Amino acid sequence: MKREKAMMATATQSAQTTGQLDVTAGSVKKKKRGLDRYYPLYFHIPAGVFFVVLFLIPTVASFYFSLTRWTLFDMEFIGLDNFVQFFKEPALITGFVNTFIYAFVTSGTKVILGLALAVLLTSQVLGRNYLRSVVFFPVLVSTIGVGVTWKVLLDPQDGLVNRALEVVGIRGPGWLTDPHLALFSVAGVDVWKGVGLATVIYISGIVAIPSEYVEAAKMDGAGSWEIFRNITLPLCRPATVTVIILSLIGGLRSFDLIWAMTRGGPGFSSDVIASVIYKQYQAGFYGLSTAGNVVLFLVIALIVIPLNMWLNRKGQRS
Amino acid sequence: MSTSLTARMNNRSRRGVIPGIIAILFSIVIFIVPFVFILLTASKPQKEASLLEFSLPTEWHFIENFKTVIATQDYVLIRAFINSFIVTVIAVAIQVVLGAMVGYVLQRRQSKWNGIINIFVMMGLIIPPAVVPTIWVLEGIGLYKTLAGLIAIHVAFGLSFCILLFRAFVETIPRELDEAAIIDGAGPLKLFFRVIFPLLRSTIVTVIVVQAVTVFNDFTYALYFLPGQGNETVQLTLYNYQSQGLNQWNLLFMDVLLITIPPLIMFVFFNGKIQEGMTAGAVKG
Repeated sequence: MKREKAMMATATQSAQTTGQLDVTAGSVKKKKRGLDRYYPLYFHIPAGVFFVVLFLIPTVASFYFSLTRWTLFDMEFIGLDNFVQFFKEPALITGFVNTFIYAFVTSGTKVILGLALAVLLTSQVLGRNYLRSVVFFPVLVSTIGVGVTWKVLLDPQDGLVNRALEVVGIRGPGWLTDPHLALFSVAGVDVWKGVGLATVIYISGIVAIPSEYVEAAKMDGAGSWEIFRNITLPLCRPATVTVIILSLIGGLRSFDLIWAMTRGGPGFSSDVIASVIYKQYQAGFYGLSTAGNVVLFLVIALIVIPLNMWLNRKGQRS
Repeated sequence: MSTSLTARMNNRSRRGVIPGIIAILFSIVIFIVPFVFILLTASKPQKEASLLEFSLPTEWHFIENFKTVIATQDYVLIRAFINSFIVTVIAVAIQVVLGAMVGYVLQRRQSKWNGIINIFVMMGLIIPPAVVPTIWVLEGIGLYKTLAGLIAIHVAFGLSFCILLFRAFVETIPRELDEAAIIDGAGPLKLFFRVIFPLLRSTIVTVIVVQAVTVFNDFTYALYFLPGQGNETVQLTLYNYQSQGLNQWNLLFMDVLLITIPPLIMFVFFNGKIQEGMTAGAVKG
């Protein structure tokens, strides 16, 4: 190891001297191109095989399979019937709408709470390191573990949450059994689990802001609210873009937490596209399930790609 | 310590004391209590656990519950841990090596393929995998319902993230090093595996930790691609436990506790590293 380093050092020197001899730009360019054979394209192949076989082919094939009645063995081409059925069934429409609600609620809450926590945890606050750790830890715990635990904590009669509310004199609602509330309860748990990641992203964004700006603003007599509005908020914009895009993609695709906590119920009140896809798959409607997948794919592409372009363009202008 | 210095320090830290105390109290209610609840319920006898109360157990049945949950269904949990560890270790190892290779060539070489590869990487990050067609492909190559199939799935779906991290880090390695190694007579394989790969160490650690947590905690892919008995992963045991609807909350929470231990260990050793890796990957993505 040491010997190699030494060899590398001498070689670097000799490379530099040869570099000095090649003064013309043309020969440098040629040399760079000559290096290409040391960066062989076949390095892409092993990764490419995994990607093409298990991601690209199924994704492309899904467009065809979504147009069929399909049981893995038998296949019948039925045109757009699956999509018609998908949008005709009220349960499936609920799933479609719920997906948007869920994604926007979780994403919005993570942005606001993540930013607030990050501002708090980058200031001189007591127990800063402890707080950073404790907020982040749920990010690492498995979604299923979180779902199972919170399902118990939110139990309408025996759950810890409603028992605690009782002590204060409030009769807690059936968090997961009330059809109007179930989706939002799961969204709340999603935020509980994921806000740590948003906070960490914001912390790294805020720490990257040069302290001169804040100091200069303080000299001019700016209060902490003004510093936040005019310096922190605009300058941690890249972090905001990241948190929005990440949590939106996660929210639109979300399945395991919802499945662990409500299975889409009560009724279909907390179904999202991903849980509908699983139900259709379980019932053996593979064509319909795949059509759901195509819908999810299009929804994500139509929301995330334009949003990403718009947010990034706006960022460049300012 | 001189009095003026302590006074100054007091003054500086006092500002954060009150919001700090409020935040700590909140964090205890919101984050610590649920974990303590898991621990307490896992230590109770069955009857007491079924009350779902937040209280100390009258008798500590921790060891007993531990033994019972391990022995349930013919030691399924031990098999599941072995399966989960196999999947995690192999999938992450493949991801690291292949991701580094792509990220390295992608950064170093200008080629007409770069555009396409970059699009694929972004696709891999954004697009939800088409589940049933993937099962169809897995069945076709004989890997459906096998650990190898699940490993391959994790590699395929996780590569994008790794490639982004590696490409960003390769940029910081000076090209002079490559040239020096080439002058010393290294071929492409030797250049990568002997010179570049060891230099990627910090990113490798990040990728290993982040992806290990992701793969170990995965539930959805195991549910779809590894159904049936005999090859459960730990997340599936928990899900099955819950689906059975038995009134054995003490055992259920013992299971939660046990499968939270590996991420907990990761957290204790690599907390900073994980946070750094998650943000690095996130910001570039």
